[in-house]
Amino acid sequence: MMAIPERSLSTIYRDLRRIRRVEEKIIEVYSSDKVKSPVHLSIGQESVAVGVCAALEPQDIAFGTYRGHALYLAKGGDMRRMIAELYGKVDGCARGKAGSMHLVDMSVNMMGTSAIVATSLPLAVGYAFALKARKEKAIVVCFFGEGAMDEGVAYESLNFAALRKLPVLFVCENNQYAIYSHVRDRMPHGDPCARARSFNIPTERIERGDTLAIRDASAKAAAAIRAGEGPQFIECMTYRWRDHVGPDEDRKWKYRPDEELDAWIRNDEVARVGAMLDDATRQRIDAEVEAEVTDAFAFADASAFPGGEELDQYVFSA
Amino acid sequence: MSSAPKSDRSLTYAEALYEGTRQEMERDPGVFVFGLGVDDARGMYGTTLDLQNVFGADRNFDTPLSEDAMTGVAIGAALAGMRPIHVHQRMDFLLLCMNQLVNMAAKSSYMFAGAVNVPIVVRAIIGRSWGQGAQHSQAFHSYFMHVPGLKVVAPSTPHDAKGCMIAAIRDNNPVIFMEHRMLYQNRGIVPEEPFAVTFGQARRLTEGDDVTIVAVSHMVVEALRAKHLLDEVGIKAEVIDPVTLAPLDMDTIAESVGRTGRVLVVDNSWTMCGASSEIVAQLVERLQGSRSFRTARLGYAPTPCPTTKPLENLFYPTAMSIAQTAYELVKGKGDWTPAAVEAKEIAEFRGPF
Repeated sequence: MMAIPERSLSTIYRDLRRIRRVEEKIIEVYSSDKVKSPVHLSIGQESVAVGVCAALEPQDIAFGTYRGHALYLAKGGDMRRMIAELYGKVDGCARGKAGSMHLVDMSVNMMGTSAIVATSLPLAVGYAFALKARKEKAIVVCFFGEGAMDEGVAYESLNFAALRKLPVLFVCENNQYAIYSHVRDRMPHGDPCARARSFNIPTERIERGDTLAIRDASAKAAAAIRAGEGPQFIECMTYRWRDHVGPDEDRKWKYRPDEELDAWIRNDEVARVGAMLDDATRQRIDAEVEAEVTDAFAFADASAFPGGEELDQYVFSA
Repeated sequence: MSSAPKSDRSLTYAEALYEGTRQEMERDPGVFVFGLGVDDARGMYGTTLDLQNVFGADRNFDTPLSEDAMTGVAIGAALAGMRPIHVHQRMDFLLLCMNQLVNMAAKSSYMFAGAVNVPIVVRAIIGRSWGQGAQHSQAFHSYFMHVPGLKVVAPSTPHDAKGCMIAAIRDNNPVIFMEHRMLYQNRGIVPEEPFAVTFGQARRLTEGDDVTIVAVSHMVVEALRAKHLLDEVGIKAEVIDPVTLAPLDMDTIAESVGRTGRVLVVDNSWTMCGASSEIVAQLVERLQGSRSFRTARLGYAPTPCPTTKPLENLFYPTAMSIAQTAYELVKGKGDWTPAAVEAKEIAEFRGPF
């Protein structure tokens, strides 16, 4: 493993903690009906977005999914505007037109996320085509669940990216479940990497959601892409602690064994990375994160709803 | 409509598409043309011929048979600031692109409150004749007209083919660009200079106070033939080409129907839930209570398109069926049967496709 400088470890922990605490706060306020949007929580999966984004440059472009809170924050998206967006307020990142599923912050190259599985893979590839055509240094990172590997467009996209040697990093977040359907019931061999390799795309699989291992694998893949070697594919094993959608735990639906969930909860990356810091540093970060989260929700509370005149704005671009 | 300067030069519809595309590629390095077969020796019926030689393989290239992902690639490149033109040899193939066009291209500007735009042109060629059959003859403009965030254009003349192509490329929104295979060899005056046709402005091609005929795409040609047939029985038909279907210029159409009191809408597709339904519905909304009018619609027979010629002949509206229907709107059921006129572009077409 590459040596992680202390400052960098602090930053990684801060990002993990921010995502965890924002989502815990969403759970806390959800019953108040202030969050007027379906939420697909990232709790348990924070390490994928944080680990990958720790290996990126600011000019790199990120495409993600409706389970996008973690990526939005890890890429540097504005927390205040995120919460305001969940509240449907005019100061939201899309003035209330997006909600939780379509977060966007172009100022940090966080492209708007999609609620249709696998749809952003070809967009990421197209963006990478443009970057290569213009000989720009940036790369594109595309996050998707293993469920996307059930969709045909994923293979069309991998094929074209490999064919044109495009600067794109595919990040498969394998939480093993598409809603309540296990990957073994959807894939004959359950191995997305094997499928990517069939396009001659190099792959690496990271077990247990290890944030620093994800960061290192991403850094290696990004370096290969920047060196002109074409697309790379990493598969990050991870686990969703909460229900597919909504704020609740979902043990009552009995689609997955309690012991499987409990093992992943014991494997909590937020706590594990936090324990690598000294107590004073961790406590300082925790306090700062609490203040930031409190501020973001207060900002959303104070923001107004959009006026009716906004209904037909932005149907078309000028 | 357009501010095109006067010119006497004529081009075919295919040549006009080529010229508009090439001029925009010269003007803007972000414009590129891709799709199945766009760089082959046939050059998409001449509309993309030699673009690769002129602009290189990054700006004119063939793709894998992956319409779904290639539509996403166009959108992604557009998000990055480029202006892709994605070409489909038949509009039937657009069904493979629907998810990307409807869920992504049409939604991005709105969903992200203007943070991004998607300037893509999707060229879709409608086939006809020489046995195109059920899967190479369809025109799906109504599917796209239905979706806020998409523009739909269907130029019928070489002038408008060029002017709409340039306008579509410059537009910051997704544009579905419908071309009809039977229009490709039609010739007309086209200015050499680049010019853009304004979207949302219909053309009144002939003036007449007896009946309004609104026709779409290749049906404009048949409607103009029908107009001459109607002249012979003293009926003056006003033929209107909407040119763009979304946005749709209902002002021009409603003004005409307000005068004639009779409207026949001839679509180059099925009538059920189609462009003709929309036009008639909007006319009713605008004119009810102030002007009564009679109306009829013509379009594809309510069947898949048959391959064999004798049945295919019954599938499409013709100059004769248009003239007959317009006559009956004016005179009621009569004993007039228009003389047969030949649609040369159809009679002479020998494919192979």
